[in-house]
Amino acid sequence: MKKRVQIYTGFERFWHWMQAILVLFLALTGFEIHGSVRFFGFEEAVRYHNIAAYLLLALIVFAIFWHFTTGQWRQYVPTLENVRAQLEYYVFGIFRNAPHPTKKTALSKLNPLQKITYFLLKVFLFPLIVVSGLLYMFYRYPTRYGIEAINIESLRFIAIAHTLGAFLMVAFVILHVYMTTTGETALSNLRAMITGYEDMDEPEPAPTAQEVTQP
Amino acid sequence: MRQAIPILATIALVVVVAAVAALAPKETPPDLLSQLRERYSKRHKPSVDHRRFTQLQKKFKKPQEVTEACIGCHNGRHIEVMNSNHWNWEREEYIQGRGVVYLGKRNAVNNFCLSAQGNELACAKCHVGFGMTSVKTFDFNDPRNIDCLVCHDGTGTYAKASNAGGAPSPGVNLALVAASVGRPQRSNCGVCHFYGGGGNNVKHGDLEEAMFEPSRDVDVHMAVDGINMQCVDCHITEKHMIRGQLYSLSSMNRNRITCEQCHTSTPHENELLNEHTLKVACQTCHIPVYAKVNATKIYWDWSTAGKLRDGKPYRETDAEGNITYLSEKGSFRWAKNLKPEYVWFNGTATHYLLGDKIADPSQPVVLNRLNGSYADPDAKIFPVKVMHTKQWYDPINHILVAPKLFAPKPGEGAFWKDFESLRAIEVGMKERGLPFSGQLGFIETVMYWPINHMVSPKEKTVQCSECHTRHGSRIANLNDFYLPGRDYLPLVDRAGKALVTFTLLGVLAHGGLRIATSLKRRREGQS
Repeated sequence: MKKRVQIYTGFERFWHWMQAILVLFLALTGFEIHGSVRFFGFEEAVRYHNIAAYLLLALIVFAIFWHFTTGQWRQYVPTLENVRAQLEYYVFGIFRNAPHPTKKTALSKLNPLQKITYFLLKVFLFPLIVVSGLLYMFYRYPTRYGIEAINIESLRFIAIAHTLGAFLMVAFVILHVYMTTTGETALSNLRAMITGYEDMDEPEPAPTAQEVTQP
Repeated sequence: MRQAIPILATIALVVVVAAVAALAPKETPPDLLSQLRERYSKRHKPSVDHRRFTQLQKKFKKPQEVTEACIGCHNGRHIEVMNSNHWNWEREEYIQGRGVVYLGKRNAVNNFCLSAQGNELACAKCHVGFGMTSVKTFDFNDPRNIDCLVCHDGTGTYAKASNAGGAPSPGVNLALVAASVGRPQRSNCGVCHFYGGGGNNVKHGDLEEAMFEPSRDVDVHMAVDGINMQCVDCHITEKHMIRGQLYSLSSMNRNRITCEQCHTSTPHENELLNEHTLKVACQTCHIPVYAKVNATKIYWDWSTAGKLRDGKPYRETDAEGNITYLSEKGSFRWAKNLKPEYVWFNGTATHYLLGDKIADPSQPVVLNRLNGSYADPDAKIFPVKVMHTKQWYDPINHILVAPKLFAPKPGEGAFWKDFESLRAIEVGMKERGLPFSGQLGFIETVMYWPINHMVSPKEKTVQCSECHTRHGSRIANLNDFYLPGRDYLPLVDRAGKALVTFTLLGVLAHGGLRIATSLKRRREGQS
């Protein structure tokens, strides 16, 4: 029996789509600064990239606050349980119309592979991009008018780390967009991220997202 | 309540962004430019009218009499002039790795007319004195030989004679000029500084006769249709000590003029641009091109000098009237509207001095190396004109040599009269007390001329993407630092592109396979 369940709250959806827009915009302007594409022109690209970076930082601050106050951070604790089954599903089962090996519920929205991916995203990729980005932004050329100790010898390693992060992020986005089509139907995941609701098998009554967020 | 969260979050985001924008530091008040414009638009008013002084109302027979009249009132000023480079053609300089040297036009070698020494009769046309026939015999302690008028003439009629050791032209009305004296104008400075090297704009590229009355496009500061500044507005002069120096002869980071002295080091409204001033000189962006009106000499080949037609020296000119060949001097190349080249420069320079051994004759000899690098906290990127020359050297002694160029008449060995390079160099080196093996070769030399004038209106400033670009960056040659937009680590870029490509191909293959298998299932289900 199917039941309409709210799986993404309003803030989650706002956070997700703002992040999507900002990441794509930062990728476009960032790769223009990098010299890979031409779109706005270097000067405007730098300006837009900096503004979007501040917006993303603000969004990240809000998201971190939300994750900790709601306890939703637990969704991202990685587990090795069912990883093999999930992998086998993507490699074999999906082509045979096999059922998803893990049940998606409001309590546990992420499958084990997603948990690992998003965990790495949050503890590795975002910090890499944010820290290198902040160092990039506040980089001061070696000068004798300032605190000697915070003079960074070269922008080189900061910039290269930031570029590396950008490539990884673009690859993630491609994979992520594709993976949204692997839900119950090709568009069900996308619909859930837009409306917040998804039809789910409910053998027993599950707590609503509202109840989860208010323990 | 739940529906309110996105709205509240949006509002909070906007507040944060507004706060960040409001907290951003503010720069120089925007009216600084108006203040400067007002200050320098005020016409200089002379404090006295020299026409009324009886000391000047007489027939001067010799220019020295004018100088005596000047000193008669301007007590002690001659001592100031006699302490200046304009008079001494030499100053004490400290060169890194070499110590204290006395360097100036007296002993310098360059890659234009090579050396003034021995050619004073001609070269001293631009000495602030009379009777400089030789630096060896000239009495640098005789104030009567100071040429006050060349700098202070207010009529524009004063001129020095050619090949006369600095004496005024016979036609000059000394009484008229003396009665007109005042604060030096562009015309006073330009009469020498625009023609260095033996013609208009030969040397500097950014100082030439178009700067007598430049338009705003040529120079925003001196523009006659702008604030019409004079040289001495920036080259502030106290006790005849003129601020500013040129690194063809100077070595030390002292007595320089900076844009910052008026404009501050953070003149832009955009903080990102202000950051650039730590490592980029103002001139680098604000002088996008030089030699805007007339061409400047960029290459000089002495090896072709001395050819004669029917036993006579001749000249060749190009379509624009630039001299491309002179029997006296060799072949030249000229260029107009030049993009400068760029170097790191910390305000100090090292010099090749006549007599220095050339370590590697296969490499061009740099006559004035501008010091600096990215890691040097005092260095900034500066625009320069680079002058290339092929000139004589002694392949046995490994030193540059300089000929005697000028003599009043043939037969004294002067190249410009006799056109015999070997003999001219023999005489020239002997006069300098330097060795010469009798063998002659040619060697490439390089000089760096910092570009400081011909500041363009701000609409014509160098754009970000002219440096921050992968291909054809203006500063493509400065490779000791990471420049966004120009630089990247090929490994990361290649690996990154491969990762993105494989991801894309991977999801396309996976998706394609899903579609194919699902279609197959559907067909099998139907059958």
